[in-house]
Amino acid sequence: MSMRNALLVLGAALVGMGGALADDSPGLGQELTAEELAAVDFTIMPDGDGLPSGSGNAVSGREIYNQNCLACHGENGTGGVNDVLSGGHGSLTGPQPQKTVGSYWPYATTVFDYVRRAMPFQSPGSLSSDELYAVTAYLLFVNDIIAEDAVMSAKSLPQVKMPNRDNFVWGYMPK
Amino acid sequence: MAELDQTPVAGNGLLDRRIFLKAGVAGGATLLTAQASAVEREEWMKLPGGPMSDNGAPSAHESHVKRLAVASQPGTTGTGVSRSPLEHLNGLITPSRLHFERHHSGIPDINPDEHRLVIHGMVERPLSFSLDALARYPMKSRIQFLECSGNSGASIAPQPVQQSCGVIHGLVAASEWGGVPLSVLLDEAGVKPGAKWIIADGADAAMMSRSVPLDKVKDDAIVALYQNGERLRPGNGYPMRLFLPGWEGNACVKWLRTIKVMDQPAMTKDETSKYSDLNEEGIAKLFTFPMGVKSLITSPSHGFTMGPAGAYQLSGLAWSGSGKIRRVEVSADGGSSWADALLDEHVLSKCLTRFRSAWRWDGGPAVIMSRATDEAGNVQPTRTAVLKGRANGAFYHYNGIQAWAVSEGGEVTNVYA
Repeated sequence: MSMRNALLVLGAALVGMGGALADDSPGLGQELTAEELAAVDFTIMPDGDGLPSGSGNAVSGREIYNQNCLACHGENGTGGVNDVLSGGHGSLTGPQPQKTVGSYWPYATTVFDYVRRAMPFQSPGSLSSDELYAVTAYLLFVNDIIAEDAVMSAKSLPQVKMPNRDNFVWGYMPK
Repeated sequence: MAELDQTPVAGNGLLDRRIFLKAGVAGGATLLTAQASAVEREEWMKLPGGPMSDNGAPSAHESHVKRLAVASQPGTTGTGVSRSPLEHLNGLITPSRLHFERHHSGIPDINPDEHRLVIHGMVERPLSFSLDALARYPMKSRIQFLECSGNSGASIAPQPVQQSCGVIHGLVAASEWGGVPLSVLLDEAGVKPGAKWIIADGADAAMMSRSVPLDKVKDDAIVALYQNGERLRPGNGYPMRLFLPGWEGNACVKWLRTIKVMDQPAMTKDETSKYSDLNEEGIAKLFTFPMGVKSLITSPSHGFTMGPAGAYQLSGLAWSGSGKIRRVEVSADGGSSWADALLDEHVLSKCLTRFRSAWRWDGGPAVIMSRATDEAGNVQPTRTAVLKGRANGAFYHYNGIQAWAVSEGGEVTNVYA
């Protein structure tokens, strides 16, 4: 048997045993418990997979925004030293396209995901899930996407259709 | 010495690239022709030199060669961008200390003993890897470029910005990246049927997150631990980063912490609201990963002052996210005529390639430019062609031809041609 065939047989044997470890891999990965996994899994999918329990609306969201976000993003998200978060509707085909949460972002879940990861800038991770839902609701409200008293939760947030949702195409399709 | 054929092969004094293979271009340095009558020593030859060092540093005389236009967003110190000083470099490797950086919430100070890479999602066995464990895996290294997809974005301005080559185009660099093929780790975890994407998260305060197609991961992605032979620099992802050869830098997540295998992308903030390409009809393209074929002359370039009329070497960089550079042409008459440049010996896939061309500058006005072609046949487009159909302000993935004007007085400036 040639070396190559021997390796193929060995590989097939390993696959048959339920693993696909290359024969030069030391196989040092440590299995994780469900609790350990939950602690590092921040991913939130557009269908809402990954969203935590909790809820909030724009009324309480306004307070959280004014305390934590206004300094950089301005009154009602109209912009300050950092990104403009509201307005710009209808501007994308004009001379000065303005990409805000309301005018550009395709998924409402992305707002929650990003704020939970990265904001407030000086203290990321400091907002509770209720506060995150509330501030997300506030950003959707100031963009005229939801009502001020609409409650955002793991159930309702993925159902919000963003105004620019249908204006995206994919530049890469996985095989 | 045999006569060299210095008949121009293209307009305004471009010489045959084969001239370098013969004996060089005459007219530069004066050769010493006789032994000096009395031996002499320079000052630095009269005493033993300086002490040994356990950590290298450039010559103090080169202290002006630094990252360029280092800028942070308001209210931050580590969130922003710095650029590689391309006009001061000559070769294909970018020294690690000069590799451009782009951070979204500063540079985390990661304890390598506590850091873990977790692979989970659509896998049979969620796994965690320490740095020590990863260091025992079979590794690969390749010399390849890394380019921010916002590189050269200043070139969309209505008037050419009068900044140096590195300030405009320095969000690109080439390094030897060494690490563990990610596919080996995914195989160990056992990817489930139906999986098509991975979602990679970083351990910075912004938890940078990008979705990457699984087929690219299987093709050539690595978990990089080494840059130019040493462990990654903190600003480039220490202790580990995702490296996707030829693809936009933002997707090469630094400080790699988790990889979640999924059947669809997560539609993160960066892949939707930032690194997407808007056209004039209001349609935006997501997941435009590969960097286009591109080249630029780095010497001379904006800010240079030419010396006396005579022979000069035009030198620059070419690269493509689709493979090797096959050809670079240069022009000294604003694109009316072109001549092939000589490529340096190392023409590597998805890597910076150094090109050189001999030019006899007559002391008059000239517009110099370069145009690259990759092995897939992609030809670097003009600026006009790149901008056609784009929304105003759409600056990602700019790979248009760069022109520099040389004035009669020898001043080199940025121009659109």
